[in-house]
Amino acid sequence: MIHHDPLYKDTPLILSVSGVDKSFDGFKAINDLNFYLEEGELRTVIGPNGAGKSTFMDILTGRTKPDCGSVVFHDSDGHDYNLAKLREFEINRLGIGRKFQTPSIYKSHTVYDNLVLSLDRPRGAFQSLIYRESPDDREIIHDVLKTIRLSDRKQDLAGSLSHGQKQWLEIGMLLAQNPRILLIDEPAAGMSDEESERTGELLLSLEKKHSLIVIEHDMEFIRQIARKVTVLHQGHVLKDGAFDKVKSDPEVIEVYLGRQGEKSATT
Amino acid sequence: MEAWRIVSYSFKKPRRLTGINWMYLSDNKKEIGLFLMIGVLLMLIPGMNAWGPDSGVFAVSSFQVSLWGKYLTYAVLAMSLNLLWGYTGLLCLCQSLFFALGGYMMGMHLMLMIGERGAYQNVLPDFMVFLGYTELPTHWVPFYSFWFSSVAVLCVPGLVALVFGFLAFRSRIKGVYFSILTQALTYAACLLFFRNDFTFGGNNGFTDFKDVLGLDLNLASTQRILFILSVLLLLLAYVITSGLLATKFGKIQQAIRDSENRVSFSGYSTTSFKLIIFTLSAMIAGAAGALYVPQVGIINPSEMTPAKSLDVVVWVAVGGRGTKWGPVIGAIVVNLLKSFATRAYPDSWFIILGMLFVIVVLFLPDGIVGLYHKIRSKFPQKASLKAITA
Repeated sequence: MIHHDPLYKDTPLILSVSGVDKSFDGFKAINDLNFYLEEGELRTVIGPNGAGKSTFMDILTGRTKPDCGSVVFHDSDGHDYNLAKLREFEINRLGIGRKFQTPSIYKSHTVYDNLVLSLDRPRGAFQSLIYRESPDDREIIHDVLKTIRLSDRKQDLAGSLSHGQKQWLEIGMLLAQNPRILLIDEPAAGMSDEESERTGELLLSLEKKHSLIVIEHDMEFIRQIARKVTVLHQGHVLKDGAFDKVKSDPEVIEVYLGRQGEKSATT
Repeated sequence: MEAWRIVSYSFKKPRRLTGINWMYLSDNKKEIGLFLMIGVLLMLIPGMNAWGPDSGVFAVSSFQVSLWGKYLTYAVLAMSLNLLWGYTGLLCLCQSLFFALGGYMMGMHLMLMIGERGAYQNVLPDFMVFLGYTELPTHWVPFYSFWFSSVAVLCVPGLVALVFGFLAFRSRIKGVYFSILTQALTYAACLLFFRNDFTFGGNNGFTDFKDVLGLDLNLASTQRILFILSVLLLLLAYVITSGLLATKFGKIQQAIRDSENRVSFSGYSTTSFKLIIFTLSAMIAGAAGALYVPQVGIINPSEMTPAKSLDVVVWVAVGGRGTKWGPVIGAIVVNLLKSFATRAYPDSWFIILGMLFVIVVLFLPDGIVGLYHKIRSKFPQKASLKAITA
């Protein structure tokens, strides 16, 4: 933990990643990565397979530790935390929530219970033993249920939801934690067009209230949500900027968009 | 473990999380009814033995009292595995080690209580005299106290689970690797207990017990007391399990089974949750072992061979893992079948057991309890036991 002047935050940033390297058995998954996220920003990260997107997420959430470089979370009270030193659940308690690519929900619990377990409440073993639901908790859960449009399914088992609904539930579980940063891995994967459009609306509605990093492949979906886009290539930031600018960048087309990019650029 | 089957239950009235509440049973009248009914029915066995007829259909021999007492301790053992495997998704293959450790701790006390009535008429247990010991090893001395032994029954298995679990969960050993490691642990312990110089009687273990707390173990009345204690332990294990499941702790337990990643990315230290459950489960198994030994009259290292732990897995699978009464039903049904089959077809018992397991895995993923639900859902009726066994 690095202590700044504790009373104010001297940067609009919420996350700074600088000079991070990570190799697995000699393969450099992340290579001198620099990434800065502003508070309230919605950032989309794209890149070809093996560009290091998932490893990047793993580093942010403490699942893998970087070989070198720093990953710093700037809390609103002015404290800075070095995420490379913390464990998964400690990082989560700082307010960094992660949504996995495949929906990971508790399928034998009800939708409601899925959200109860995700609430930002004391999470020790003993505290869980004596936990009582308060009216406040219920209110938060009902708000989240409304946001993810699952109010009428709240007493159903989560395992009985459709794929798209499971994805929303997981986003809802993140929201119930009242996170500062949401990391969302391919939210639209496997969704119908209508579902993915709704997902886009949902993410856009979270902008400003939370900071978001969204990893995505689907160009239509990115077009819908994209503000600022970061392109990863071989574990390094290739380009970042507005979606239209990045999309027409020859280097980006070369490494990632390929024919798909040419096609969408001409249409 | 990924292919976890969801039995479809309908949740009409949700139960709010209200923290730990051992009286939660009052929420569900049917559950109390079933709970009391099972208690009363089981008490009929010693009752019939004490006051029933000596012959005829209703006669219950003392042999049957201790046989059923043994089944009940097996049922508790199965419940302890269910807590881990059924509700937390940890397939532990050393449950019989905890059971045997509890048994050994009680066995040590029983050995010392024999006193000079052994074959060698020495204060030392017979096997020690035989092996040339002249005085009691230091770690045996406190076992003269019944209360110390009772605490050790819970603490020794608990401690083994705590240390082993800490190392395993800390290094994120999961799934099948966890199962293999626990199997290796029980095998290692078994080899250790087989050694004569380990001061636990080698492969003969402990036997020929005389009395406990001044009660002669060969008397029918003592066997009845032990049987009643086994029933109480079973009911206690049930209350602990379902009391736990009604709290947020229990919900997290099941969440770990369904998606451990999600739980740790929701800010919970899954390591400590798993460690607590593993330790608790070992203590329950230890308590069952302690009641098993005086009813069976022997404990030796064959009780902790890997095969014994696999037996427990079969009981839970046959009864229905992840259901409250499934393991109890499974333990009793499989053991009844065993005592029938080993008499009727002594050579084919293992083939029968294997076939039973294959059938359950292929056709009855939720065991007997799941089968009951399936039949039940074919005939929708007003009264339903769904909520009780859920």
